[in-house]
Amino acid sequence: MPLLHAIQDDIGYIPEDVYPQIAQAMALSVAEVHGFVTFYHHFRTHPVGEHILQVCRAESCQAMGSEQLEADIKAKLGIDYHQTTADGKVTLLPVYCLGNCACSPAVMMDDDVYGRMDMAQITELVSEVSNG
Amino acid sequence: MVKVFVPRDSTALSLGADKTAKAIQLEAEKRGIAIQLIRNGSRGLFWVEPMVEVETAQGRVAYAPVKPKDVASLFDADFLNGANHALYLGLTNEIPYLKNQQRLTFARAGVTDPVSLEDYVAHDGYKGLKNALTMTQEDIIKTVTESGLRGRGGAAFPTGIKWNTVLGASGEQKYIVCNADEGDSGTYSDRMVMEDDPFVLIEGMTIAGIAVGATQGYIYLRSEYPHALHVLNEAIAKATLAGYLGDDVCGSGQRFYLEVRRAAGAYVCGEETSLLESLEGKRGLVRFKPPLPAIEGLFGKPTVVNNVISLATIPIILDKGAQYYADYGMGRSRGTLPIQLAGNIKQGGLVELAFGVTLRELLYDYGGGSASGRPIRAVQVGGPLGAYLPESQFDTPMDYEAFQNLWAVLGHGGIVAFDDTVNMAKMARYAFEFCSVESCGKCTPCRIGAVRGVEVMDKIATGKDHAKNIQVLRDLSDTMLNGSLCALGGMTPYPVISALNHFGEDFGLDKGLNEKESVV
Ligand SMILES: Cc1cc2nc3c(=O)[nH]c(=O)nc-3n(C[C@H](O)[C@H](O)[C@H](O)COP(=O)(O)O)c2cc1C
Ligand code: SF4
Ligand code: FES
Repeated sequence: MPLLHAIQDDIGYIPEDVYPQIAQAMALSVAEVHGFVTFYHHFRTHPVGEHILQVCRAESCQAMGSEQLEADIKAKLGIDYHQTTADGKVTLLPVYCLGNCACSPAVMMDDDVYGRMDMAQITELVSEVSNG
Repeated sequence: MVKVFVPRDSTALSLGADKTAKAIQLEAEKRGIAIQLIRNGSRGLFWVEPMVEVETAQGRVAYAPVKPKDVASLFDADFLNGANHALYLGLTNEIPYLKNQQRLTFARAGVTDPVSLEDYVAHDGYKGLKNALTMTQEDIIKTVTESGLRGRGGAAFPTGIKWNTVLGASGEQKYIVCNADEGDSGTYSDRMVMEDDPFVLIEGMTIAGIAVGATQGYIYLRSEYPHALHVLNEAIAKATLAGYLGDDVCGSGQRFYLEVRRAAGAYVCGEETSLLESLEGKRGLVRFKPPLPAIEGLFGKPTVVNNVISLATIPIILDKGAQYYADYGMGRSRGTLPIQLAGNIKQGGLVELAFGVTLRELLYDYGGGSASGRPIRAVQVGGPLGAYLPESQFDTPMDYEAFQNLWAVLGHGGIVAFDDTVNMAKMARYAFEFCSVESCGKCTPCRIGAVRGVEVMDKIATGKDHAKNIQVLRDLSDTMLNGSLCALGGMTPYPVISALNHFGEDFGLDKGLNEKESVV
């Protein structure tokens, strides 16, 4: 697990072509590495954009209108979950609770959480990272 | 030099606390005023974050919520001397939301700089460990047992009894594992402990290690909490350097080492045996019990698995004694519960109170009603596997047994409020969807049942073969309830059936009849 975290922290995802090396390092079969990587939602098997926007889908955020927010974000970015914007800047991911439920709806851009979000703030956030 | 406090808790940050801190620093420099800016933890009054405090001769005073645009006017108003201002809240300790709480586990949260060991010790830190080091292992455990502390991770199992099993288990190597996977929506108290007062968790784990004879501890931390990771690592490094962790804990000759391990976003890994599999570097498949982790846990060794709040409550029990803690609470629910108000609530935040406070008091006296201003129609208590409660049950006291009697759970103490725009059939569908996304796949009732559940809910929504589909829903829930290996599959029926029983009109049932429907 620490090895996989290190790889993903470094390059953003776990490329399938490094499975054999991981398998060797951990004394597992390639199939087992595949099973491991796919079991954990956190690990990604495809390249991601420069920034990752995670939108909370869990109950507390639903109670504050996250469903509409999700739809608006998808429309605004022109992508669905697990996709990256055409300019390669932002990858959109779903997440189930960020521990920010006192200030729902919440999103996370890279390592930073944002609370009580609306589309105006999302737009600002996205343009900040896209131009920055 | 005047001390100014701006929280570094991630919810405060999520509302712009960093920008506020920076603006205060810049404004002070601009005016040539020397201040000491301390990044404290949060008091948990999240509805008014970022909350800025200033130390005055009378005590700390609060201003909130402070945005960068407010900073110049605060300086103009002489907030550094505690002067009045539109955002002035008075003495922090006199704010009713805080004053009326009974903060035991969270005594220091927001008061101290989370990564200052000096601050921790100056605020009663490490007194519990000092006491524990003068006691026998049996006496430490007896104290924990007599305090009445029950696991705060959800299952409410008595902590002292668990520890006693580990103490009695034979084995050279034993482990303390802290469950910091906090996956429940509506909960954030574990995160707060780790970000706002990490030493209390470190101290609690050290006491646990000494009590059961374990020399190694792991904190299994949710990957969604990057801030907590940094704070914990910094605190562990400081505690190690100061001799509170390591080869010779406080000169006692006892060893205890601590490490943080990052999880990887699987809800089921909060289940203790799945967590242990994951810590061992495997897929987080739930294990059959027995053997209990206390006998054969991590790498097959006797292991204490406890929630963050359970462990963070140990220091005050060892400091003040079992009776002090047990004097709070009601019935078999002793002590305090850090309750987390979330969802559609006006004043969301952490409310630590003795067991016995009612949902209604929490939702209205503390929460101030819904954020939208509409009536609160339902609350889900205890995370995604907890039941939905209707208004008619709001007078229920927070007590494990009182909730059990209603076919509900307290879980980790999270309360998510929904206003009257919620569609409860949709929430039931979501419960199945969540279960299907997160199922570890080991047993059929959960793996297949969750997928079937989503399908049935979709059929119910069409209104065709309605009575038949409602019966299918009940039967399916019954199968999951009785046939699942762990509570993910086994408790998904709680939100589903409680929604059906209390809010049948959202499922296309005739009102009136629902309340009489039998509970599974
Ligand atoms: C699906 C599932 C998820 C769980 N998630 C957590 C969690 O995130 N944190 C936690 O402390 N306990 C969680 N639990 C409960 C643990 O299995 C276990 O009871 C707890 O860690 C024991 O610690 P305690 O006695 O201090 O509560 C979960 C249980 C299940 C079935
Ligand atoms: S109930 Fe679900 S999560 Fe639990 S063991 Fe069975 S398949 Fe796995
Ligand atoms: S439910 Fe969205 S942050 Fe917790």
